[in-house]
Amino acid sequence: MTKRLTAAVLAAVAAVTMAACGSSGSSGTSTSGSGGGPLVVSAASSLTGAFGAYARSFDGGAVRFSFAGSDQLAAQIRQGVKPDVFASANTRLPDALYREGLVARPVVFAGNRLVIAVPAGSTKVHGVADLAKPGTTIAIGSASVPIGAYTRTVLGRLAPVQASAVLANVRSDEPDVKGIVGKLAEGAVDAGFVYITDVTAADGKLRAIELPASLQPSVAYGAAVVTGAAHPQAARRFLAGLLSGKGAAALRAAGFEPPPGG
Amino acid sequence: MSRSGWFPALLVAALAVALTFLTLPVVAIFVHSSPRELVAQLGDPAARDALRLSLETTTIAVAAIVLVGTPAAYFLATRAFRGRALVVTLLELPLVLPPAVAGIGLLAALGPHGLLGGWLQDAGVALVLQTAGVVVALIFVAAPFHLRAAQSAFEAVDPRWREASRTLGAGEARTFARVVVPAALPGLGAGLALAWGRALGEFGATLMFAGSFRGITQTAPLAIYADFATNFDGAIALSAVLVAVSAALLLGMKLLTRDALARV
Repeated sequence: MTKRLTAAVLAAVAAVTMAACGSSGSSGTSTSGSGGGPLVVSAASSLTGAFGAYARSFDGGAVRFSFAGSDQLAAQIRQGVKPDVFASANTRLPDALYREGLVARPVVFAGNRLVIAVPAGSTKVHGVADLAKPGTTIAIGSASVPIGAYTRTVLGRLAPVQASAVLANVRSDEPDVKGIVGKLAEGAVDAGFVYITDVTAADGKLRAIELPASLQPSVAYGAAVVTGAAHPQAARRFLAGLLSGKGAAALRAAGFEPPPGG
Repeated sequence: MSRSGWFPALLVAALAVALTFLTLPVVAIFVHSSPRELVAQLGDPAARDALRLSLETTTIAVAAIVLVGTPAAYFLATRAFRGRALVVTLLELPLVLPPAVAGIGLLAALGPHGLLGGWLQDAGVALVLQTAGVVVALIFVAAPFHLRAAQSAFEAVDPRWREASRTLGAGEARTFARVVVPAALPGLGAGLALAWGRALGEFGATLMFAGSFRGITQTAPLAIYADFATNFDGAIALSAVLVAVSAALLLGMKLLTRDALARV
């Protein structure tokens, strides 16, 4: 009896598994053109505050956000996850997804500025030179997340000796900008590279030290409607609002700059 | 006959659903790439650094858990005192805490601005963003698994054995070492395996308290998360290793506890 039951279970498991494997090639395309439910927006961590404010005034229905490192969100889309909108802290990831046919043509909707952030009360770091001193501890973004890539661009513009001294002081490669802000707010590190908007959003817990113009990278945010999105119309409306409208206003209020060169 | 036939069928269907759902992700990890690809991906120095760090930190954490947790569990198993239930509940609390809560709690307790932060700093102890911090996070999340298992293992030892040992002139320490621990060994081993498995999989508390830095604080689960965005195959390979190690721990635990049951 027990043997027969076991056989039945295994047969059923095998059947379900086969069915799952068989249909995996065509998954994710079954959602209809204008399904119910909220608009789903996958957005860079640094957009958390601005997009939250935009969603409250967005007239295209309810919005649900997934905030994480842009690289993690792009990887999810490559694995078949289908939000309606992908908003990245760079243009490289949306452009790459566009070339792969996973998103529609991206738009550049905002700019930002990289700064050195320090805990509000801290006086240890006053500029780039202090980051290279022995004993200074730093948190940066990992190489794959935009904040980490911009940070490496900045370091690449320093003298090689200074750049490697700064890198030697790095204590954590955080997966997204929230991680860096958290480590700074808790005083776990002396300094970190974040966007100016993160310092604004941290409510006085952090202080920004501006970078010299010669080191400042061009930070541009790109967004696109995801191919096969369940709510393509609402998604396009969301993007339009980012360029001129309530989204753009929320971005400016949070300290974001207009798109570079636009 | 037809009246009694539907219920076993329902049970079988439920079991089939549960088995499929719970094994599919694990199967998918191994289906995704061939064993040769898996091995090739593990040639990546960053992956090996992560595995080495995971092995080191979990070993130290489990050693500390066993060293402190075993006598503590013995005390709980053999003494009745006021507030015992409360103490047991407090010790088990980390079992049900979300990892993010554990991470925040550790920062609030041991971080630079934490309750004991200043005191630790004066003592020259650095935990945050250090390998030692990883060990602390692992101990916090994994210790309750061993405490719980060890306590029940000790409770299952027949009290008459202890009494006999004491009557024969052995002190409590000697009785503990020579009689109780050997009798409870399978249960203790199971607790150790569970704690090890939990420590090996720890992610959230480690990221928040210890950060993520290759070779220092980036354990295998953190490396999987970091690789996910840029090197999916590498992340899958590392996941496969963790599945294999965890399965070995689980199997070891099953064998140990089966022996324990056979002996009763």
